[in-house]
Amino acid sequence: MAAPIAIHLEFGGGAELLFDGVKEHHVTLPSQSEPWDVKQLLVWIRENLLKERPELFVQGDSVRPGILVLINDADWELMGELEYQLQDQDNIVFISTLHGG
Amino acid sequence: MCQVDEEYNSPLEHKSLPAVSKKCMKCKEGTAVLIIRVGDAFCRSCFKEYFIHKFRAMLGKNRVIFPGEKVLLAVSGGPASSCMLAQVQEGLSRDAPKKLRFMPGIIYIDEGGVCGQNAEEREKAVVQLESIFRMTGFPYHIVPLEQVFTLPESVLEPVYSREQPGSSYKAAVDQHIRTEVTRGHGEPAVEETQDAVGRLSLQASTYKPEHKLALEGLFSSLKTLTAKQDMLQILRHHLILHTARINGYSKVMIGDSCTRLAIKLLTNISLGRGAALAADTAFSDSRYGDVVMVRPMRDYSSKEIGFYNRLFEVQSVFIPGLDTKTADKASIQRLTESFVVKLQADFPSTVSTVYRTSEKLHTACPPQSSTTEAAAKCLLCLCALDTKAGKLQH
Ligand SMILES: [Zn+2]
Repeated sequence: MAAPIAIHLEFGGGAELLFDGVKEHHVTLPSQSEPWDVKQLLVWIRENLLKERPELFVQGDSVRPGILVLINDADWELMGELEYQLQDQDNIVFISTLHGG
Repeated sequence: MCQVDEEYNSPLEHKSLPAVSKKCMKCKEGTAVLIIRVGDAFCRSCFKEYFIHKFRAMLGKNRVIFPGEKVLLAVSGGPASSCMLAQVQEGLSRDAPKKLRFMPGIIYIDEGGVCGQNAEEREKAVVQLESIFRMTGFPYHIVPLEQVFTLPESVLEPVYSREQPGSSYKAAVDQHIRTEVTRGHGEPAVEETQDAVGRLSLQASTYKPEHKLALEGLFSSLKTLTAKQDMLQILRHHLILHTARINGYSKVMIGDSCTRLAIKLLTNISLGRGAALAADTAFSDSRYGDVVMVRPMRDYSSKEIGFYNRLFEVQSVFIPGLDTKTADKASIQRLTESFVVKLQADFPSTVSTVYRTSEKLHTACPPQSSTTEAAAKCLLCLCALDTKAGKLQH
């Protein structure tokens, strides 16, 4: 069993509008048998944090194209994207580059 | 009207995962923080250097901004134009190598009246932007979109100066050097003036209730989001142009990224603006004659800008627009954006391929040579008319 982990999530560029306008979220992901990865985190965000229009944030298994993802201030493309295994105290940032957010 | 001469012989590279190297491809030492283009990983400090250098190289290569010239920066609060403002500040700073030598001012068009914002929300956005603008020390102009109804009709007529455009870059540089010499070091005088002008900046200007109603009437008469977005862009341009003219700015900088330009290019084709593509997406656009629009951010992708702003703490202000929280199919502009951005996610050279096409487009007859045919211009966008609609009616 992997222990619960506490992470910091941040939404910007208008993506925060889908989360009641709240930009920063300190969340604890419950303990589960497998370690948490970004793919599972997106499912968790969709079920627990998203307030409206989920299709404007997640598409398929991944984030909507046009939304940048940074893991501890680095491009998620360098970290394995959806397969990155989350660590306690990680900082994950989602920034929309789409017009109008 | 437009010509394209591009060989499409480089196959689109499909995105490969996962990234092989986590070292910076430039200095080979630093830990990479982002991937730009296909597979190029940069560390934080190399990325900053690359980004700043690119801005100056873009202005240096094109040589359209003269030393001492007044340049109006169109800042919407969004990431690209906020980043453009930061690059100008950086370039003008005392210790910058190849220091920029023009006189910037800022314009923000408050579009809240057509984007469903109430007076309080508009005021809040303006306050946030003003705090950013004040820190730059540049003069700034806050113009509500409603003021478009106070514009003189002459804003829609191109004005041509007697001087031959393009011929005077060297003359302007020489003039600038002479002025600096007579002033001694020059710098303090320039900065004092800028500070003084900064303090005199127009405070949040107001609009009349009847103009608010007129604007609402205009936009509710437009039936589609596509038409509304198109109209908003045209009116914005008229206001920016007019503000530039009455305040003596001869250049306007617009913060379109290459991602935005690729979207604009395809959108404009879909909107039937094919003939105006070159003017709408080129580095410099001289359709208005006396005021030239330039796009110094056109070499950056929206990803590069997003990362730069995040890593180097460039402040931007999110202000909801007409297309906020709308579905992918809500308008042609929105659908094109979604198409380009989705394709880009799988094929990272999508945007640069479209963008390179835009670089090859030329307006067959430059606007300067057609002063006598002023009547053959579109009343709204001032591009050469590509329709025979008027003639057919008679
Ligand atoms: Zn490096």
